[in-house]
Amino acid sequence: MVLRTDKSKFRALNRRELLKLTPLVAVGAFAIPRLQEKLLATGLGFSDWASARLFRENHLAPTFADSEVTPFERFPINDYDVDDPEVDFDSWTLTVSGAVQKPGEYTLAQVMQLPKLTQNTKHVCVEGWDVIGSFAGARLSDFLKLIGADTSARFVYVECADDYYESLDMATALHPQSLLCYEMYGRPLTREHGAPLRLTLPTKIGYKQAKYLTDLKITNLLQRVGYWEDQGYSSFYGL
Amino acid sequence: MATRAIAIEDKKTGEVTEAVYEHPFVVRFCHWLNVISLFVMVGSGLQIFRAFPSFGAKIPEKELINWPKSFALGGWLGGALQWHLTFMWIYLGTGLVYLGYQIFSGNYGQVLFVRRDLPGVWPMVRHYFFFGPKPPAREAYNPLQKQAYTAAIALGALSVITGFAVWKPVQFSWLAWLMGGFHWARLWHFITMWAILAFVFGHLVMVVLHGWNNFLSMLTGWKKDPDYPVE
Repeated sequence: MVLRTDKSKFRALNRRELLKLTPLVAVGAFAIPRLQEKLLATGLGFSDWASARLFRENHLAPTFADSEVTPFERFPINDYDVDDPEVDFDSWTLTVSGAVQKPGEYTLAQVMQLPKLTQNTKHVCVEGWDVIGSFAGARLSDFLKLIGADTSARFVYVECADDYYESLDMATALHPQSLLCYEMYGRPLTREHGAPLRLTLPTKIGYKQAKYLTDLKITNLLQRVGYWEDQGYSSFYGL
Repeated sequence: MATRAIAIEDKKTGEVTEAVYEHPFVVRFCHWLNVISLFVMVGSGLQIFRAFPSFGAKIPEKELINWPKSFALGGWLGGALQWHLTFMWIYLGTGLVYLGYQIFSGNYGQVLFVRRDLPGVWPMVRHYFFFGPKPPAREAYNPLQKQAYTAAIALGALSVITGFAVWKPVQFSWLAWLMGGFHWARLWHFITMWAILAFVFGHLVMVVLHGWNNFLSMLTGWKKDPDYPVE
């Protein structure tokens, strides 16, 4: 069935159809500097929200055979400042504060008394590279039990000897593969890899896995999210 | 689906031109929105790639290519990730709306390459490479076009799937495993991008060759003087 029309009516029809596309101009808001930052922050926030929904408490990250582990000397040493912040091991303690029943100073020996877990897991850097490392330590969840942490609080916040700082959502902190790590490749953690104590989180991106820990706080409110997050990187970045 | 056709009469000369409504609104809207998203996804993706321009080991790192910053979007890794993680939702949403519309309206017949299109492929190839006559057009797209558009849609889906494997290699560990792990998923994601860019290049060449009237139809939906019979 062919309808009939004349030239001017056809032109008007075309114009109407073209105008229907004008809502696309709204995307141009991303090109306006004042709006751009807010829009991108919203987009990243939405991604983080979706990430948190996608996280499953009992879904384990893949683990690997010893033969698949990246050789120790090829496990990158990444930090934002110094390889070795010169931690004094003899006087080192982990300062625990916030929503816990037993705040105070915890020694490495106390952490090492908790059940030890050894796992070969993947370390994925936000830059795009990945390595498989051999890590051992105490489950973060066991340590949270030891200090009487209020696990209904939202965050675990840590500070480091090199002024690095990080935060974790409680669900990830309680994940069975989240470790307070004091051994890599069957040997005590070296200074470059975060001695005496670091985080190993197979369900998180690399920058979340803070080294040279000095402070741990359970909190509902974060003054700061993390060293990289506060510069614009994803706050949640779960893998 | 019956194609909507119209006869345009020039009142002065009495001349009658035929026009056909080739591209429904949803298809046109998704097409142009996707042009924007794809531009942002490729640009920011290349900036993300600049942070580790390799598919090998970190130590020792062997750079595949030093991609120029001026052909990337976001300025730095964190900025590029913001663009990428924002527009991936727009890109995904557009793709889902498009697919949903094509399926439920039945309009997919226009672009989906099916068995019946197979015999028409070779004559069309011969025509494109200048050693065969132009086969008569029977519908909006010839078999080669259908093949190209069907492949483009599949590549779009692949870019999303490989992207999810790179973004969530633990939560979607089965997906990453299917691709050979995070490391390979990243490579597949990269290859998919180049395949899409290859399509875009060919697409643009053909758009230029087919001229203004054809180009307008993606803006207004209407194509004057179609070279195929209308119902």
